Amino acid sequence: MITANKDIKAVDLVREALEKAKEFEEYHCFISMNEARALEHAREIDERIARGENVGRLAGVPYALKDNYLSHEGETTAAARMLDDFPSPITATAVAKLEAEGAIMIGRANLDAYAHGSSTENSYFGVTHNAHDMERVAGGSSGGSAAAVALGIVQFALGSDTGGSIRQPASYNGVYGIKPTFGTVSRYGVVAMASSTDTMGCFTNNADDMNLIMSIMSGKDAKDSTTLDDFWQEKLEDGKQAEKKKIGLISDFLGDGVDPEVAKNVRDYAKKLEKAGYAVEEVSMPILKYGLAIYYVVQPAEVASNLSRYDGIRYGHRAAEFDDLDGLYANTRNEGFMPENKRRIMIGNFVLSSGFFDAYYLKAQKARTLLINAYNEVFEKYDALLCPVAPAPAFKIGEKVNDPLAMYMEDVMSVPPSMAGLPAISVPAGKTKAGLPVGAQLIGQRQSDQMLLSIAKSVEEQA
Amino acid sequence: MEEYKMTIGIECHVQLNTKTKLFSGVDNDATDKEPNSCVSPIDYALPGMLPVLNKAAVEKAVRAGLAMNCKINLISRFDRKHYYYPDLPKGYQITQMYQPIIGAGAVHLPDGSTVKIEHAHLEEDAGKLTHFGSYSLVDLNRAGTPLIEIVSMPDIHSAAQARMYCEELHHLMIYAGVSNGDLYQGNMRFDVNISVSKTDELGTRAEIKNLNSFRSVEKAVEYEFARQTALLEKGEKVKQETRGWNDASGKTTPQRSKEEAQDYRYMPEPDVPPVVLTQEFVDKIEHEMPMMPDEYRTRFDSLNLDASEREAILNYPILAKRLTEVCEKNVALAPRVAHWFSGILMAEENVDKDYSLATAAELLELSEMVEKKELSSTAGKEIFLEMYGRKNTSKTPHQLAKEMNLLQENDEEALGKIIDEVLAAPECAKAAEDVRNGEMKAIGFLVGQVMKKSKGKANPATVNELIKAKLS
Repeated sequence: MITANKDIKAVDLVREALEKAKEFEEYHCFISMNEARALEHAREIDERIARGENVGRLAGVPYALKDNYLSHEGETTAAARMLDDFPSPITATAVAKLEAEGAIMIGRANLDAYAHGSSTENSYFGVTHNAHDMERVAGGSSGGSAAAVALGIVQFALGSDTGGSIRQPASYNGVYGIKPTFGTVSRYGVVAMASSTDTMGCFTNNADDMNLIMSIMSGKDAKDSTTLDDFWQEKLEDGKQAEKKKIGLISDFLGDGVDPEVAKNVRDYAKKLEKAGYAVEEVSMPILKYGLAIYYVVQPAEVASNLSRYDGIRYGHRAAEFDDLDGLYANTRNEGFMPENKRRIMIGNFVLSSGFFDAYYLKAQKARTLLINAYNEVFEKYDALLCPVAPAPAFKIGEKVNDPLAMYMEDVMSVPPSMAGLPAISVPAGKTKAGLPVGAQLIGQRQSDQMLLSIAKSVEEQA
Repeated sequence: MEEYKMTIGIECHVQLNTKTKLFSGVDNDATDKEPNSCVSPIDYALPGMLPVLNKAAVEKAVRAGLAMNCKINLISRFDRKHYYYPDLPKGYQITQMYQPIIGAGAVHLPDGSTVKIEHAHLEEDAGKLTHFGSYSLVDLNRAGTPLIEIVSMPDIHSAAQARMYCEELHHLMIYAGVSNGDLYQGNMRFDVNISVSKTDELGTRAEIKNLNSFRSVEKAVEYEFARQTALLEKGEKVKQETRGWNDASGKTTPQRSKEEAQDYRYMPEPDVPPVVLTQEFVDKIEHEMPMMPDEYRTRFDSLNLDASEREAILNYPILAKRLTEVCEKNVALAPRVAHWFSGILMAEENVDKDYSLATAAELLELSEMVEKKELSSTAGKEIFLEMYGRKNTSKTPHQLAKEMNLLQENDEEALGKIIDEVLAAPECAKAAEDVRNGEMKAIGFLVGQVMKKSKGKANPATVNELIKAKLS
């Protein structure tokens, strides 16, 4: 991580980032820029450095903030019309912690509205393009953040991952992405998607940077009752323990329905792990094929519930025309939400409605328990699991917009760890012949996040 | 012909008097405050806000449960109940649908009957809407206030019993210290489910929502019983529906039928972890619980009070406590104190007195003075009232009696002097003569004269004896 010091001015770091953002404007990584305030912060940090003050571990480091985080700087949109013109009176815990270490937010990164999607095509403010191919999607929902890191605009960016929203765009853009153990980073001040699987993570170019950012953001927060006591150590252990560790390569995600080039890149990554001293063997987890079905019952239920507050009464968008209270609600929500938001609200309300609750929601929660048990069983034998992040590399913009089921299939490999609250990281494994990045997904037991980073680092060191 | 019998179950919402709200850190007491001045970003349901459970509310819920002799569930969970209304900022209410904190229990009523409690759960209150013709205003001060909803079993069978149950719940919540119990402020609200039947099979029930006084509970039950009975008599059916109560007209009116009932789409609340209590925690609270009304009733049994007298005292926990303290020290003197208490409570102007002002020791001292005839009973009552009006609490009953010049004169020498003066007075000559001649009727006049001269402080019995001795 390049930070500001006596020789490197924070103002130069920020200016460079802002210039690059302008240079790559056509990729549409950002919804809004924070230029004036970012430069002002940079000047302050430079002054403090000149005075010899402690300026924090991220002094003057510019970063991109997924636009579903609340911050007193600028307006949070969640990429939806519903929150157009919403200056937040509060700042997310994660953001506050980064700012306390001197990090500087240069802009609000684009996303699928309310983080619903796998391509950043569901944004009210337009699509974000893949850093490696303008015609392809950046993935989603944290597409803007992933592309901003991949394009070299910023050294890190924040994302949120509910079922793959960090890992899949990381894979598509060839950068590191982490979905930490559920409860690692406070959710306070982040627009909720599905509360029981929402996690806050980041994108970086290497394992050490990721460790640094996560060590700052993690920890117990009195404002989020689901946060865990801080388990994150400051230093990342190197891969010295490799020879004692066993990694299971999930065979179920390497065969049918998986792009051969994706499978090949992941198998190549497995070989690199072996070279680094890890024992890798194939393991089958048949239950994983139910992960997506479980997720698309539980997640829409929580989404429908969490989106209930956007009613046009207190803040955000309110329809200009309505006849009565029901009309106010209907018109406001019809205008404010994107089609994918509405789809999930309808699915969610259906699975929660009386008469269907037992058959869908309750059954899904029971299956979720079975999934967790299956992971526990596998982790008795393996220290970590390896599989692709998504079945194929980045697809073309527009290719799946009219096929929601195909879009949901994008999440088939990323949702099982989410449903179990497990940490999972996406690391660059290689590229297809066409030059599209492919990510490998490492999955561990709860709170083994740093071990996953250590494993990734030992492969990194081979290069 | 068989009689129609009513069967009633009551749901009671109790606002807990915690310092802060159930899930946010803002002031829970919005009395006399500007609308929307006690609202945090959590209550306002800003995006990204998460509920943080108030431990004090959990503790108060446990106290409330123990007050109702309920089982406390060591593990309870929160759920979301969804509906749209402008007074419900999140679009759902956080409640406990499946695993409430308070389990089954029983409330014993003063008439000897028992109403079983099905369960009671913790939940948050909604805000308040005020309607003005073409628009409405939202006040969220009350949004997020902790409530417990107490659900009774259908054990109630008369309007009077329904009222008594509600009054007893009110007692319990006040004695347990969990609610301010101000019905006018909506601290307690009642939903009454009532059905009517001639047989053991229950009839179709109607629910009368949002009753906010004991009187309206009683009146609404009376009205509903008559309405449902009349329908059945005509061969018509009672509709399962929600009805509202109009205090002015004294009638219930339909609000929502079963078919129109909302689907609340309950879902486990993912943002609030399960509430896990230890038995030690519950035991500790149980140990610290103050006496409940029923225990007081048992204690007061030996005082032979009228039920109305006893219940009047129980309306004021501090008085019940004082009376118990007096009982513990000298049970013989307690009835007099009890009569003073009930007497003071019958007088309208005394309702708002600070009843903590007199200590048990002072009350004992005062009743002992009356007992020893150092004070007439009228004077005793006068001082008793004075004690609750005094600003300076350091004055003892004796000091007050002295100051108010109410001490009875028992000193025979001093009394003798007054009697001599009276007997020497010309207007008394005739009466004195009569007494000397054995016409004892006349002694009353003489005693009266002495009392007058002593300004009421003389002990009439002593005076009587002294006069007799002097004139024999």
